[in-house]
Amino acid sequence: MVFYSALIRFRFLKNRFSIRAARCLNPSGRWPLSIGLALISVACVPVLGQQSDPGGSPSVIQPGAPGQPSRVLASSTRAILPPRSMKDVEFMQGMIMHHGQAVEMTTLIKDRTQNKELRLLGDRISQSQADEMNFMKRWLQARGEPITMQMAAAAGSHSHGGHSSSKQMSMPGMLSSQQMSELKKAKGSEFDRLFLTGMIQHHVGALVMVKDLHDTAGAGQDAELFNFTTDVDSGQRAEIKIMQTMLGKTP
Amino acid sequence: MIYFRIIAARSIAVSVLVCSFFAASMLAQGLEKAPPLPAGMKGSDVNDPRAKLSPGLFDAGEISMGIKHLMLLRKPDAFQLGVDPNSPKVGKALTALGVPASAPIPAEVKMTFAGLAFANSDLAFQGNYLFLGNFYGMNIYDISNGANAKLVTSMLCPGGQGDVSVYKNLMFMSVEMPNGRLDCGEQGFPSPPPPAAGEAPQQGPPAAQKDRFRGVRIFDISDIRNPKQVGAVQTCRGSHTHTLVTDPKDKSSVYLYVSGTSFVRQNEELAGCSGGAPDKDPNTALFRIDVIKVPMDSPQDAKVVANPRIFMDATTGAYNGLNNGGTHENNSLSRPSDTDQCHDITVYPEIGLAAGACSGNGILLDIRDPANPKRIDAVNDPNYAYWHSASFSNDGKKVVFTDEWGGGMGARCRANDPNKWGANAIFNLKDNKLGFASYYKLPAAQTESENCVAHNGSLVPVPGRDIKVQAWYQGGISVMDFTDPSSPTEIAYFDRGPIDAKMLMMGGSWSAYWYNGRIYSSEIARGLDIFELTPTKFLSQNEIDAAKAVQVSILNVQTQEKTEWPRTLTVAKAYIDQLERSQGLSSKDVTKLRKSIQKAETSKDDVEKLRKLADSVEKNAASAKNEAEGIRLKELSAILRQPTL
Repeated sequence: MVFYSALIRFRFLKNRFSIRAARCLNPSGRWPLSIGLALISVACVPVLGQQSDPGGSPSVIQPGAPGQPSRVLASSTRAILPPRSMKDVEFMQGMIMHHGQAVEMTTLIKDRTQNKELRLLGDRISQSQADEMNFMKRWLQARGEPITMQMAAAAGSHSHGGHSSSKQMSMPGMLSSQQMSELKKAKGSEFDRLFLTGMIQHHVGALVMVKDLHDTAGAGQDAELFNFTTDVDSGQRAEIKIMQTMLGKTP
Repeated sequence: MIYFRIIAARSIAVSVLVCSFFAASMLAQGLEKAPPLPAGMKGSDVNDPRAKLSPGLFDAGEISMGIKHLMLLRKPDAFQLGVDPNSPKVGKALTALGVPASAPIPAEVKMTFAGLAFANSDLAFQGNYLFLGNFYGMNIYDISNGANAKLVTSMLCPGGQGDVSVYKNLMFMSVEMPNGRLDCGEQGFPSPPPPAAGEAPQQGPPAAQKDRFRGVRIFDISDIRNPKQVGAVQTCRGSHTHTLVTDPKDKSSVYLYVSGTSFVRQNEELAGCSGGAPDKDPNTALFRIDVIKVPMDSPQDAKVVANPRIFMDATTGAYNGLNNGGTHENNSLSRPSDTDQCHDITVYPEIGLAAGACSGNGILLDIRDPANPKRIDAVNDPNYAYWHSASFSNDGKKVVFTDEWGGGMGARCRANDPNKWGANAIFNLKDNKLGFASYYKLPAAQTESENCVAHNGSLVPVPGRDIKVQAWYQGGISVMDFTDPSSPTEIAYFDRGPIDAKMLMMGGSWSAYWYNGRIYSSEIARGLDIFELTPTKFLSQNEIDAAKAVQVSILNVQTQEKTEWPRTLTVAKAYIDQLERSQGLSSKDVTKLRKSIQKAETSKDDVEKLRKLADSVEKNAASAKNEAEGIRLKELSAILRQPTL
């Protein structure tokens, strides 16, 4: 709606060509005729008139199910995005928080253990999770969604009971505040052990979140989100294996 | 008409610029800086002219060497997002991006936000038609006139990645995403309705959907303007890529090797699917590939006939018999991670072998029984993060693997990215054993906003040399000579600047393949690019002409067919140029041979005289500096003895 009225307003500004440009890219949109069918027919044809072959314009078709005939579509057909579900948005918002805790855990390493292997692992987790958080924020921003989960939504998807206090604790694998404070207090090999068990729990939780997403009707159909979850799934699986082996060696 | 077109095009360009600026300034925080180069590693060349090209979607700076850009056919309208002005999302999205509500944002820029949903992917060719896969379906182009290719058919059928193969009247397409529908509908699957304020969520549709499709679709393309879906074979992990396999002994069927890389779907949706650990779940859909058999005269009966456990440990029978040996992604930890999938497989039916690029390993398969491929060798490499694709040299004595470090959506050709990471690895293949020879990476540094890593390519059939043209996403196209496997070199390139300077927009060349004299590149965000090679000191006009003389009726790059060069004088001239370059013949001999061939081209009597020269050329073969030079001398003398005119 905002976009629509903005363009109308623009019509009265001097930048008519921009209107035409935007309009040309959308001849199938629902526009009042008064904005000028003439403009579309005059200005858009040359701009969009790619591959107009005297031997026939390109056909646009959509196949049916196997064995069924294909449908012929109008040449003005435009692409539409697959549906994005509330679950996708909540998944990204939730995963940003989830990753945030992993990064927070890795910041504890420096002052609490000299285990070289663990420090390297921490660097790696911190870097990859921070990169992924940037990706998730960008994904949400580009789709006009807030980066953090709104409390109302968090509470709404939960219950009537009023545990609106924290969606955070309900996310699979998140360390409880008690676990976090134990980790903060620990040093040396005790820290290593708590860190590894905690991070394994945390990563397993991420796998549960991905599986949950794909087991939800209508979710996971966005291409970038799909690619991202595939990467999270394989990346965290590999790291879990690494940490399990390290844990086997920790006294 | 022309006047209007110019004005309109200019104003699009201006608004693209303005809007990219707004959007970019808000999104710039996403760019990844490269960590410092690890000790002992070399990065990409920042002084290469490709390192600093100006940005733009359709007006980016371009540069090339040995390649001429013939045309860019932009993505058809049906594959671009229409802006729905009535959608409240549009305004909301713009506000969040910091774009004032009054600024009209062109569909071109909108489109790139959702780029991957409409990304162009792999290419296949048959006759005069080019088949360009897309996450949203596919497009068919008539390429009978290379400088004036034309769109023939746009076929809408979403589901990603849209990897395509073609064989006679059938076309095959890979589908892996959860929005894929049996009926090709673009509506995907609905979400449960949002609960009303204060209400508990309503019961929504089930997650498992009988109409969902993940696997390989089969289309009848007898009517090129109206492809019809005739079969659809479902698989547990869907199909990320597939490879067409012909059986030299049985022409009535073809096989498809299906590589699935994503999650295993629910048993409720496709019976028999489970994704358990290999030691606990003997039926796990992980740790295998799927083989589909397609009867040519009844493609509707195509079905999965085998699920080869090609990673199995032959001694213990464990499914997870292969691992990556620990990669540079976590080499400091040196922990091997299991290989449970192939990404892509290239078959070479004439030599009975396939090379599999299987996430953590490069593997060699015996495919003489196409339904039952057997692993005969496997390698890993500490510099490899993700084994992505493979190509054999024409003689089957080398294999080029690629490493898709970062998954294709990351910038991995930055100045500080090591040139052994995200690179090609060239292996010698002898007695069914792979032996590492060297790495090759796009030499030019790329910016942080360009996704760049080794990707798909094909052989360029220049006789006497092993040459591969290859896509590097926004790194452009690079042509590599790997005749000497220990020192591959770049002989031609084309590159554009980033789509945007401040944010990484998914784009660049997905696949760049040579087909009957031209190079075709599937540009993810922009469309279809067409090129031809031009002569340089690295590649002569005669060599290009000899490559152009090789004409095939079909090309599925992952299904390799042996090239046999005709014994023509064009081919002879290509060998002479190569022998001059390598000083395999004296300059006196080169001059004499060229003169004699020139005469023979116009007079039949002079053809006889070529025979006399054949012997002396052949004698030189005994003292050739290397195997490649010896072969050129022998082939040249064979042509001189009896040229095909």
